Amino acid sequence: MKCRVCREPAIIDIRRHNANFCTEHFLRLCRDQVERSIKDFGMLTRDEKALVAVSGGKDSLAVWDLLLDLGYQADGLYLGLGIGDYSDESGRLAQAYADRRGAHLVRVDLPGEYGYDIPAGSRAAKRAPCSACGLSKRHLFDQAAIDGGYDVVVTGHNLDDEAAVLFGNVLHWQTDYLGRQLPVLPARHGFPRKVKPLVRLGEREMAAYCVVKGIDYIVEECPMAAGNKHLGYKSALNDIEASSPGAKHSFYFGFLERASAMFRPEAEAEQDDLLHPCPTCGAPTGAVTPDGEPTTCAFCRLVVRAGGHHPPPRDASDVPVHLDTDRRRAAVQEASP
Amino acid sequence: MKVQLRNPRREVEVTGPINVATLLQRLEINRESVLVIRGDTLVPSDTMLDDDDVVEIRPVISGGAA
Repeated sequence: MKCRVCREPAIIDIRRHNANFCTEHFLRLCRDQVERSIKDFGMLTRDEKALVAVSGGKDSLAVWDLLLDLGYQADGLYLGLGIGDYSDESGRLAQAYADRRGAHLVRVDLPGEYGYDIPAGSRAAKRAPCSACGLSKRHLFDQAAIDGGYDVVVTGHNLDDEAAVLFGNVLHWQTDYLGRQLPVLPARHGFPRKVKPLVRLGEREMAAYCVVKGIDYIVEECPMAAGNKHLGYKSALNDIEASSPGAKHSFYFGFLERASAMFRPEAEAEQDDLLHPCPTCGAPTGAVTPDGEPTTCAFCRLVVRAGGHHPPPRDASDVPVHLDTDRRRAAVQEASP
Repeated sequence: MKVQLRNPRREVEVTGPINVATLLQRLEINRESVLVIRGDTLVPSDTMLDDDDVVEIRPVISGGAA
């Protein structure tokens, strides 16, 4: 196979593009697709400070690498989730990448700072492990971004991730989720802006990017995720893609172009009407008691059920954190109806 | 050739020469869900593999359902 651009030997064939690429032009393709996503969806500018949610996996390390190569201001945030050897290895790889690039990695350790880990949290809260993990990550990413003064949180969700989530949401007609499934979620009511610059790149391309760039990432799947529905949806979509290259791209971008707007009013109305600041942490939440009274957010309830705690102030340098938490609470209150 | 697989980790012997696409078909692996790496180098689907090659078939699907 020859590279579509230069006719040199190819290293990868991408069937949905009906094209093959050499190393140089494959890397250029990845950079171009990320720049196009950032521009088309207004994700971020080079003047803004971005916080990249880094797991030690291929997608998050690749998006961090791409943003740095493209000249964006991007720090990383690694959350230690307490999933045994898997967390130890993923944390090591995230730190090794940061050290190699001379990039700044913020680290938050869930067991050390909040007193619980994902296996214990999921058992105590009677949630699926991925649900407890996702809830913890969303809360702590938001909190770290607000506390650190970042303009935007970047995640490594790729085309396969978004197509699989869309597939699940359509199968179950989760119309509120469909209204929020966007490449950019604007900052609002105490939530930071969240962006997904990899939506034009597939999972296979991201793994290839890391191999080509020599980025060491955790290849093994998270032991808590084995057999979950999301992986099943990805497998089903790959079966379709194998016989119909480009199906995942058409499915996701067709949704964004032709259907997404139909679901947004419902999602926005729900978000706007129900938010209040969590009495414990100040984060925006729509949680209410059975009597309809505002109550603590899902993350704080998870912490309590799992027998954990919020981290105490460590020293004087923690003061800005509390100022920011108060400011976040005030922002939610001001924005709430 | 030696073919290294994951989830679970194992190694199988396959007789060459054989191209990448046919190897994946024979092992019933969807080419959309893996990379094929010979030595340290990615190889596309028409690459011929020989008996003395060591090949890794690396899965690329990951992710929890948050």
